[in-house]
This record gives sequence, structure tokens and C-alpha cells, in this order.
Amino acid sequence: MSAPLKLTQRSRVVSDKKMTLMERIYLPAIIKGMSITLRHFFRPKKVSLRYPEVERPRSGVYRGMHVLKRDEQGRERCTACGLCAVACPAEAITMVASERKKGEEKLYREEKYASVYEINMLRCIFCGDCEEACPKEAIFLTDRLVPTDYERMPFVYGKRWLVEPLDPSLRVDVSKRQTPEVLKFKEQKQFAHNR
Amino acid sequence: MTILTLVIFLSVLLLITLGVAAYETYGERKVAAFMQDRIGPDRAGPFGILQPLADGGKMFMKEDFIPATANRWLYFLGPAIAMSTALLTGVVIPWGGTVTIGDFTMNLHAADPEIGILYVFAMVSIGVYGIMLGGWASNNKFALYGAIRASSQMISYELAMGMAIVALILHTGTLSMGGIMAGQLDGVWNIAYQPLGFLLFIICAFAECNRAPFDLPECETELVGGYHTEFSSMKLGFYLFAEYVNMFISSAVMSTLYFGGYDIPFLDQAGDTSLLITALGTLMLFAKIGFFIFVFMWIRWTLPRFRYDQLMDLGWKALIPLAILNVLLTGGWMHLKPYLGL
Repeated sequence: MSAPLKLTQRSRVVSDKKMTLMERIYLPAIIKGMSITLRHFFRPKKVSLRYPEVERPRSGVYRGMHVLKRDEQGRERCTACGLCAVACPAEAITMVASERKKGEEKLYREEKYASVYEINMLRCIFCGDCEEACPKEAIFLTDRLVPTDYERMPFVYGKRWLVEPLDPSLRVDVSKRQTPEVLKFKEQKQFAHNR
Repeated sequence: MTILTLVIFLSVLLLITLGVAAYETYGERKVAAFMQDRIGPDRAGPFGILQPLADGGKMFMKEDFIPATANRWLYFLGPAIAMSTALLTGVVIPWGGTVTIGDFTMNLHAADPEIGILYVFAMVSIGVYGIMLGGWASNNKFALYGAIRASSQMISYELAMGMAIVALILHTGTLSMGGIMAGQLDGVWNIAYQPLGFLLFIICAFAECNRAPFDLPECETELVGGYHTEFSSMKLGFYLFAEYVNMFISSAVMSTLYFGGYDIPFLDQAGDTSLLITALGTLMLFAKIGFFIFVFMWIRWTLPRFRYDQLMDLGWKALIPLAILNVLLTGGWMHLKPYLGL
């Protein structure tokens, strides 16, 4: 039988052998420790960042603040089917569905749309289940962060913050999360969450 | 020195002590951050240099809560004693040589009693009453534990500290801070004669200031906040501030006793009372103090806290025997010196 699998490369065998005199004096160990801290003191590379000014780079598939996408003609894709709210394990999504009136065809793609769409960012666990559940490719998680606040109410994000801007140059890029592989996976209806 | 110049000098000394203590809090946070590869406070002002003001302002704004079961008088007395004894010690330290401007001369030394070192010890010993009274008066078991730990720790380490000083006094032949200082102006500092004594002294100084690795009186992980658990607002501020003042003063005492105080290395300044030399000497003293303050912080962010039995073991079984050995060696050397023709 082979040697037992090591869980980490850094594991050491511990023993309770009697300490030598040098170890018991403790001063050499103190000096060693102090030299380590001094080395770090003069190390220019810092691990922390000046956050609001500098942000840590995030992956393109980072699951951050949501966006409600518009289609190519600038119409809202969401049809207020409620699948995202059903899929949400944290019950963070609420919506009110409305019927599209005559003349609003430029605003909403389907006959039914969400007149109110709210995500409580304090409840949201950013799992991305809403994105997977969405049959209209309307909701996506993006690599943007939800800003902090002192109050609770500002964390309930309405359509004003969620729907992406009409201006094509200000559109939110979700191509990293909407790769051909993802689209192909979504076609496979044998998975419950794709139905 | 007239009364007026004395009052002005003491006021300046008070302001400098408080200012240094305030910036020690900032320095502590920056040193901690740098040693942990962080940036540290940098929001208040450029590089965060206004951070002490922000912290102080916060302390004043906090609710000044007094527990219902606390002994009110002692509860007030605790922080007051801690702070005032910390501030009183600076009086006997020689902060520099003689200033001469025209006919006006003054020593940068507020008082030089014959028993200078004993005065420092007396103040440090009274300082433990601040912690003890505060911890006892707040009627809280964690505070009481912290206070008991503080007092037993202080008493244990004061012995070794006193012994280390005895050896130094054997060497210098005087108890006055000015006298000890003057003996080092020839350029050979006392550290050359008393290396073991200095090591014992600095270890005991860490313990006396309740600094890591001897910060058992307030160790958060075991005792919530230790002796100042029940204190809030500026009373807590006074306790924390007194610790930093103590750090400043013990750094000054260490520089004066062992590292030549305001003596500038490789420069004979004895009897030289020109303004430039005096100013440089005082700057030199503050550079030494700054270095020791850095060592205080350096140690704090390197070593973990001792366990209580380890603390007592170190104090009683290691430091005191070593200190007695040091006294015996120094005494033997002093006795033998005439026979060896030195």
C-alpha cells in the first residue's frame, strides 16, 4: 500500500522533544521573527488596495450586480414571467407584470412586461440562478459591484438601476457570461432549470 | 531658571508628550499595516496624518457610559491616575543640554533630583493603581481579572527592572538622571558596560507598559477588554493614551540611561552650550526615542502574547535571577577594578 495522501505540501511532523538551550533562550527565535517582520515592513508590494479609487481586477464572469438587458433595438427583453423570482433561493426578486399598451412597442419586446422589477441586494446571494432560469436572456449578473450604503432601503434596486441604458455606448457587456457554450447548455431542456 | 520659564518649559513638554503619544497611535497603525503588507490608515489628510485627530474626535463623541454598579469615585480616579502618573514622569528626564541666548540660560531639564531614577520608579508604581482601581471599580469580572493580572505582572517585573537599575547605578555611582546622563557625554554609553542590564530593562519595560507580548491585562481574546472593559468615551481614551505616553517615557528613560540621552556619537559636546549643539543633541535624543518606540511596535507585531504561567515563569525564574547575577557581576567588577589598576 502506498503512503497516505498528504493533504498539504506544508505539513510537518510534530514532536514534543525537549528544547535545546538555544531554543529555550528564545532570543534567537525572537530575532528571526523580527527580521521577518522587518522584511515585510520594507516590502513595497502591499496586498490591500485603496478600494473606491482602485479596484481589484475581477473575472469577466464575476457574479456581481445584475443588469436587465435590452435587445438590439433597445427594447426591454424581460417579459415578467417570474421564473427568476421562482428560481431565486434568497427570494430577493419581486416584480409586477403589466400589459403593453399600444405605442409602447418600441419600449418592450413582448406584450407583457415588468412595470416594477426589484432586487433586494441585501438578500441576494449572487448565485446566478435567476440568470440561468431566464428564458428571454434578459437578466445577467455582471462584474460590477453593488456599492455600499449606510441605510437599508437603497439596497432595494428598482428598474432605474437595473435596466441598462438605452445609449448603445453605455450598454453593459455580458458576452463573457453569454458564451456559445452557455447558450448551447440552455437549449438542453432535460435540465429542470432550463425548462 | 525662573518660575515663568519653568512653567513654559513644562507646558511645552506636556504638549510634546501628548503630541508624540497621539502620533504614536498613528505610527502603531502604520507599522502594523506595513508589517502585514497592508497600507494602513490613509484617508484623513495626506497619508492619513490627521488620523489621530479623527480618532480623538471620535473618542470625545462617544457616549460616556458608567455602569450602575460601578464605584463612581474610583471609576473616575482610575483613568485620571493612569494619565497623570504617565505624564509626571517626563519631568526628571534631561531633554537636552543648556540653551544660551544672550544673557538667558536654561537647562532643558525641568528637575534633577538626587533620586531621579527612584522618582521614575515611584511614578511607574503608582501607575498600576490607575489600572487596579479602574478594573476594580467597574465591578465586572473581566475588568477585575485584567486588573489583578496587571498588578501582579507589574509587581513581578518591577523587581527585575529595579535589579537591572541597581547594576547600572553601581556603574554610574549616582541616582540622578542628570548625573547618569553627564557620565555618558564622553561618548561611551552605558550600554557598553551593561548589555545584559539593558536587555533585562527593555523586557521589563515592555511588561510595565502592558505592551505585547506582555499585554495580558487587556488581552481581548480572553478578557474582552481587560481592565478597561467597562470604560468608554474619553475615559477609555485616557487609558489607551496613557499606554502610549508610557511608551514614549520609557523610550526616553531607556535612551537616557543606556544610550547616552542627548549625546551625539563621535562629537565631544561636554561643556559646549552653543544653540546648534543643544538643538542637535535634543534632536538626537528624539531620534533615539523614535527608534525605541519603533522597537516597541516592532515587537508587538512580531511576537504572540505569553500565557500567564509563562509570563510569571519568565519574570520570577529567568529575569530576576539574571538581574541578580548582573548585580553580582557588576559589583564584583567594581570591587576588582582597583586591584587591576583600572
